[in-house]
Amino acid sequence: MSAALLAAEGLCKRYGPIQACRDISFEIDEGEALAIVGESGSGKTTLLNLIAGLTAPDSGQVRYRLRDGAVRDLSSLAEAERRALMRADWGFVHQDAARGLRMSISAGGNIGERLMALGDRHYGRIRAAAARWLERVEIPADRLDDPPWTYSGGMRQRLQIARNLVTSPRLVFMDEPTGGLDVSVQARLLDLIRGLIAEMGLAVVLVTHDLAVARLLSNRIVVMKGGEAIESGLTDRVLDDPKTPYAQLLVSSVLAV
Amino acid sequence: MMKPGTDNLLVVEGLDKTFTLHLHGGVRLPVVRGVAFAVRRGECVVLDGPSGAGKSSILKMVFGAYRADAGRILLADGDGLLDIATASPREVMRARRGVMSYVSQFLRVIPRVGAIDIVAAAAREAGREPEAARARAASLLTRLNLPERLWRLPPATFSGGEQQRVNIARGFAGGHALLILDEPTASLDAENRNAVVELIAERRAAGGGFLAIFHDEDVRARLADRLIDVTAFSAQQAA
Repeated sequence: MSAALLAAEGLCKRYGPIQACRDISFEIDEGEALAIVGESGSGKTTLLNLIAGLTAPDSGQVRYRLRDGAVRDLSSLAEAERRALMRADWGFVHQDAARGLRMSISAGGNIGERLMALGDRHYGRIRAAAARWLERVEIPADRLDDPPWTYSGGMRQRLQIARNLVTSPRLVFMDEPTGGLDVSVQARLLDLIRGLIAEMGLAVVLVTHDLAVARLLSNRIVVMKGGEAIESGLTDRVLDDPKTPYAQLLVSSVLAV
Repeated sequence: MMKPGTDNLLVVEGLDKTFTLHLHGGVRLPVVRGVAFAVRRGECVVLDGPSGAGKSSILKMVFGAYRADAGRILLADGDGLLDIATASPREVMRARRGVMSYVSQFLRVIPRVGAIDIVAAAAREAGREPEAARARAASLLTRLNLPERLWRLPPATFSGGEQQRVNIARGFAGGHALLILDEPTASLDAENRNAVVELIAERRAAGGGFLAIFHDEDVRARLADRLIDVTAFSAQQAA
């Protein structure tokens, strides 16, 4: 059996007196979606930043299988290698679209920028790819030259997804991708993300406090509380038969998931 | 114990389940104890017993959606056996793609996805090519009398019976060896109930195994090869 696409082992991170993550381990492969759930302050965003290499852990490591099959410890990568990985192999969808997009350049430019970063210089080809992706995320073609600050919240999120997926990454990190959107807009976005995960065989690590989102998008769940992964397993098993008091509280606090 | 050379699809042994309600002072609700039965290829095994006896909980443990506290749930997986009670999440996911599927009492509606796409997606997950998956979905929806004008619409606005037929079509789409059915005909009229019974009978004749809950006497009489009395595994009495 080959190595997992990404394997986190014993990740710990402390901010002063606060243990933000304690001894977290999991693996993820292509075609799998892992949801990290928990309340604000549970450490889920810290965990996402640790595995995406945005924050260095105090101890523990993250191993990643590169396209050539070599498995590398992320902390052993040079900064240039890490950046190349983030451009070519990974995507990161932020809750706040302004963090993931350039708000004042055109939508086409936002999508094309990722391709240019990989060395594509053919204007016509880049523009065609941008137009194709705009259609795929259900944004009207005549908005290609408009900057995202003119877009609605839902459209910005869809554009962010297009920008991330245009380079055919293998792993996408998502931090509350539907947070702050109207329910009807959320449904459309969730359905779009679901379809793209299945079609592209993506691995996804999703941080959310919304168990309905986790149910719809993920195969597996990790429940975080006070920096610890207190329960994990199949999404339907954790949601339908939660074991720990906290997971039971979390599930029972939701109207219908 | 499952012996080599038998045609068992599923063997359940010594299965226990108790719910512990931490939010209610740690109250323990024993559900079942010592559940044991087998399902062979080409057999329809029906769980029998009053409401609350633990029938649905047993189905959910077999599918891996509930934890088993003790016992074994041995599923024939290719040449080997997989114990769902102790399998890793990934092994359960793989078994759900290739070996078993589950039809719940209610369709969990996915926003904006059309009925035929929901069914075709299940066929694709089980490994069919897109074209074949769609053809399979169309043929199942036809057999289950879902009007073609509804195929492209999301089932959220469908009647209970229509939603349930989409749910059944989804369960059958992957061609899994074992189908787990929780009252699939509850919300159907006589004609559609009949269509479901015929679909099950046909799959059974082709070697498919079924573990089911049917409340309808007529459906039971026509399909059940064996009834398992779940009250025999009552944990309340044993406790």
